[in-house]
Amino acid sequence: MANSTDFLLALENVSVSFDGFKAVNALNLYVDKGELRVIIGPNGAGKTTVLDLICGRTRVSDGSIKFKNQEITGRKEQEIVRLGIGRKFQTPTIYEDLTVFENLELSLPRGRNVAGALFWKRTEEVREQVKDVAAMIFLQDHLDRLAETLSHGQKQWLEIGMLLIQDPELLMLDEPVAGMSVSERAKTAELLKQIIKNRSVIVIEHDMKFVETIAHRVTVLHQGKVLAEGDMQSVQSNPKVKEVYLGH
Amino acid sequence: MPATRIDSRMLELIGFALVAALILLVLPLMLDIFRLNLVGKYLTYAFVAVGLVLCWGHTGILSLGQGVFFGLGGYCMAAFLKLEASSVANTKIQSTPGIPDFMDWNQITELPFFWVPFKSLPFTLLAVIVVPSIAAFILGAAMFKRRVGGVYFAIITQALAAVLTILIVGQQGYTGGINGITDLRTLLGWDIRTDGAKYILYFVCCFLLLGNMFLARFVAESKLGRILVATRDKEDRVRFSGYDVANFKIFVFCLASAMAAVGGAMFTLQVGFMSPSFVGIVPSIEMVIFCAVGGRQSVVGAVVGTLLVNWGKTVFSESFPELWLFAMGGLFIAVVLAFPRGLAGLVTDQLIPRLGGWRGTRHGQPSPAPAE
Repeated sequence: MANSTDFLLALENVSVSFDGFKAVNALNLYVDKGELRVIIGPNGAGKTTVLDLICGRTRVSDGSIKFKNQEITGRKEQEIVRLGIGRKFQTPTIYEDLTVFENLELSLPRGRNVAGALFWKRTEEVREQVKDVAAMIFLQDHLDRLAETLSHGQKQWLEIGMLLIQDPELLMLDEPVAGMSVSERAKTAELLKQIIKNRSVIVIEHDMKFVETIAHRVTVLHQGKVLAEGDMQSVQSNPKVKEVYLGH
Repeated sequence: MPATRIDSRMLELIGFALVAALILLVLPLMLDIFRLNLVGKYLTYAFVAVGLVLCWGHTGILSLGQGVFFGLGGYCMAAFLKLEASSVANTKIQSTPGIPDFMDWNQITELPFFWVPFKSLPFTLLAVIVVPSIAAFILGAAMFKRRVGGVYFAIITQALAAVLTILIVGQQGYTGGINGITDLRTLLGWDIRTDGAKYILYFVCCFLLLGNMFLARFVAESKLGRILVATRDKEDRVRFSGYDVANFKIFVFCLASAMAAVGGAMFTLQVGFMSPSFVGIVPSIEMVIFCAVGGRQSVVGAVVGTLLVNWGKTVFSESFPELWLFAMGGLFIAVVLAFPRGLAGLVTDQLIPRLGGWRGTRHGQPSPAPAE
């Protein structure tokens, strides 16, 4: 694949090393518009590191990351967010001391500088937007609760909601169903199917059953490289994949 | 808005009214002018404590160098008053009349260039706020843009307090040295040493403090205030919500410093001198303790804490001067171990639930917001 401009996100020849250890090694990864991509791989395969590289939390040692055909390596996290990339962390990362409403309100992509925040007005439009997203993430009845009092699954949803309200073109979710009950998983799968309608999503997931229910394309990472890529069935039947990952 | 938030806001308002009544009515009626002037001095520290509530309590930036900004504000004010007191007529026995006495003692024969603008009162009043804000901006930009925070930031601010003290003491020809700037007399011809002037300055100080408290509440209640709390708890998330976290930290640090500086200027006016002993590490840490005792998340708490600790200090030092430092240290340990949210936390978490009617305890459901 050449330096195509059609992909929403293109990682080419991306490497990063920590003290000589190559966590990601000459990785190529392309994500289309409207695609739901699942990244799987054994522990230490570099899955979370790939997300960290895309969102600017970790600097690439080598290679190029293009989003909408713009080079984003070296940019600051908040700039990358403003370009339209949202990131959910592995453990729910929400503002525990604020209410659900306030968590969502802070995530609205407006009033992001000091003056804008100081003279922010909570208009009817803001309320409506927050309520709409809260309804999507099943938290419409919990708007006034402090986030720290939510259950683990609700916290995961809240963080997804905080990303949705930013309306990113690319949403990256790191293990969104970790620690969820069976019924919560089912609801989350529904939620993801709804979310993907307007945007691209990258999901990192361990739970293979969950992956089967949602995935379009699956990328298997192993030792910082792409081991296999394709739909779920072809990946599952790939002997190399079986050996490193699914076999045990 | 959650019911619990409204409760804590109500509480803060009630506290606000009580503090206003205390400092504007009760204390002036109860105390003679000597004691009231002492209270006025304590209240100038409360400016610093209110700034620390925003900067430390809400944002989690612990500055152990607020004395620097208190001092800069105080020194700016002192420079103006000293120049006015050093008229040619007042200083004709000096070898160079018309310059401050300490300069003359240090063989300086001309007013240094950075002293000249302090002949103007409007410039001085502006400088009281602008000079410390610029200092805070430079330090904040250098640190927060590089993502230096937590303990490292605290240590650097503490180092700054030490540096400024050494600088002031070392450059005594320009700064008055270890003695500070003393023998301040008049403000535009108005004698600030009389009892009447002390009353007026006390009330000016009270109103400025109440104004600062309102400003702090306004900031804390705005979306910016919630971003500050969010930054304290989950800095990464704030960044990934598209905010430039460093700018918010710089803003709140500058605001806290400007508040401290106004306190410093009022200190100079009420106490009649300014010296490096209010700039260094020890006073800076004391101010953090005032804030911690009162409750670092409560503006009202910080003011009450400042008054109580200083009152304790005065009472204690009058009877057992050598024991005060131990008492202060013990108090700080007690606050950290037993009531980390300070007196304000005791009121909202312990007292109010016991009185009944108010909802929630800290661990209960729904739990109240920290008493901001």
